[in-house]
Amino acid sequence: MDANLQTPLVQMKDISLAFGGLKAIDDASIDLYPGEVVGLLGHNGAGKSCLIKVLSGAYKRDAGQIFINGQEATINNPRDAKSFGIETVYQALALADNVDAASNLYLGRELRTRWGTLDDASMEAEARKVMGRLNPNFRRFKEPVIALSGGQRQSVAIARAIHFNARILIMDEPTAALGPAETAQVGELIKQLKAEGIGIFLISHDIHDVFDLADRVTVMKNGQIVGSGRVTDMTKDEVLGMIILGKCPPGAIPGPGAMAS
Amino acid sequence: MTSAAPTATSAAPNEPAIRRLLRATEVDTRMIGMIAALAFIWIGFNFYTWVQSGEGIFLTPRNLWNLTVQTSSVAVMATGMVLVIVMRHIDLSVGSIIAFVANVAGVAQVYFLPQILGLDSPLIWIVAVLIALVVGAAIGAFQGSLIAYLGIPAFIVTLGGQLFWRGAAWWVTTGQTIAPLDERFTLIGGGAHGSIGALWSWALAALACVGIVFALYSGRQRRTRFRFPQRPMWAEFVIGIVGCFVAIGATAIVNAYPWPERVAAAYAKANNIPVPEGGLFIPTGYAIPVLIMLATGFVMTFIARRTRFGRYVYATGGNPEAAELAGVNTRKITVMVFALMGLLAAVAACIDSARLNSATNSLGTLDELYTIAAAVIGGTSLAGGVGTIYGAIIGAFVIQSLQSGMVLLGFDAAAQQMVVGAVLVGAVGIDTFYRRRTAKG
Repeated sequence: MDANLQTPLVQMKDISLAFGGLKAIDDASIDLYPGEVVGLLGHNGAGKSCLIKVLSGAYKRDAGQIFINGQEATINNPRDAKSFGIETVYQALALADNVDAASNLYLGRELRTRWGTLDDASMEAEARKVMGRLNPNFRRFKEPVIALSGGQRQSVAIARAIHFNARILIMDEPTAALGPAETAQVGELIKQLKAEGIGIFLISHDIHDVFDLADRVTVMKNGQIVGSGRVTDMTKDEVLGMIILGKCPPGAIPGPGAMAS
Repeated sequence: MTSAAPTATSAAPNEPAIRRLLRATEVDTRMIGMIAALAFIWIGFNFYTWVQSGEGIFLTPRNLWNLTVQTSSVAVMATGMVLVIVMRHIDLSVGSIIAFVANVAGVAQVYFLPQILGLDSPLIWIVAVLIALVVGAAIGAFQGSLIAYLGIPAFIVTLGGQLFWRGAAWWVTTGQTIAPLDERFTLIGGGAHGSIGALWSWALAALACVGIVFALYSGRQRRTRFRFPQRPMWAEFVIGIVGCFVAIGATAIVNAYPWPERVAAAYAKANNIPVPEGGLFIPTGYAIPVLIMLATGFVMTFIARRTRFGRYVYATGGNPEAAELAGVNTRKITVMVFALMGLLAAVAACIDSARLNSATNSLGTLDELYTIAAAVIGGTSLAGGVGTIYGAIIGAFVIQSLQSGMVLLGFDAAAQQMVVGAVLVGAVGIDTFYRRRTAKG
């Protein structure tokens, strides 16, 4: 499959974002094709989460353009991003702790009856269906999500992202809070979604995870792109070199952050 | 009615009967606690007055009727304060909004509207109430915008509002008291004429019973449709019977309170009714402000539980960032919550000024604190995200019961304040302890 012949699902071009004098993202460009998993790697503070939050509408970029399916997209807030089919599973999960799983699943997109009131029964029924697919052991539908375990909360967050026909899924450290079995489950889920043609940005600091799941990786350092390439064209050591030193190997396309060699 | 769906409770054999009852009926244990506290206060005061004077005067139709009327204005506001506090905000300005709105509505109905609509026009009170509601909501929305869009903390905005609107209330009339108000308007405040009498009160009780049965039935239908766990049938009956008993009992009490003798005598004279031996007994029934309170409680519960707006208020209070990321326009919700609070303060302003038959500059003084206290005693957490409308109404009854009980016992104002303050701290202390213990397991 040569993805490069298609129109990219997402293309972020020359994105910059600064907090006061600190440049969190400096002229970063990144793209994603349908049915592809792109791993985004880098140290803490390299700018991965910031770049992704620009795409999900949580931050407003200072400069640069975003194209969705080749069309320029205006993304100023999370509602805009969702209207383009961009869904995000945040590192901090972003659940409202005091309401139940169904309410979290539908937060911002509640089902309503014909009188305009909340249709809790339908939402709970749908939640039972989708959770049955993701995590068949999940039973606690009536409790606030604060009472759930890390893995259960994670499955609620992922369910929320995939339930609304996402075309572009952003997962920020999706396995950080999980045990080995649940991590494997998330890996399976990613493969399943990929097969459905969804493009996935996978942010992680676990290089092994990324090598198992991603088609390509892009490495960031100090807010800049070091380079990106197919996982088949690089070794783990070379990628580590990119993360730590900013040294771009021959198998990857260098970005503005690559160390001059 | 048998159903294929499993029941909510699989009865453990050794479970105590009370716990099983609570679990099967799915009643909030905190609500039971609050009602128990209220019952304790009522019975305690009744016992104390009985010891003091040989006659229990707290649990009399007259006192209970007065209690409901006195509670109504703070209870109405407390339902809004719950949402404000759930959003992690506070509103310290409602007492002053009462004064400003009451003065504006008072000036309108006494000085301006009679000139426009004609003296004694039946439209005067309607227009005056509308003016009050619009002004109240506008003040709330304005303060909410400062909080939501300029990022000024709610504490500061509404503290400023407390001073500002109290001063503005003085300015409307340069401190004069406006009295008397429009006669129809004063019915909003209750009194013998501002009550609905025995027949309508019973009709209301019947309606309430039908409503309870219908709600239980449709709830059960819905659960069956989606194959959710059901309450056991006996638990449905317990809820239905207790609910109907409360509705009928409350109606019997308000109907046992007669019109004051002189009012009844004047009424008899005007309508040529012969006055029997021992005076004419005309049951008062529910007072209009109490009906306003009940209606507000229903509408606000509906808003909090069944509308998208309510869901967003709770979700934002639980995790503002998550709500924002989920696409909730939290700023708009903030403005709406404060506008709603302002609207309810305007309702309270109408009740208070109508009850006193005058609009004064000092109306509603300290009411913001009683409102906040009612919400907090009713289980609303200042950390945000948690709180119920019925809890706030019960909380308002707790505070008013304490005050009115101490008045009956002849406590002075200073002692009353001290007791209410201590009870507030104590109630929240017990609640915090209880929550921490249940959180541990």
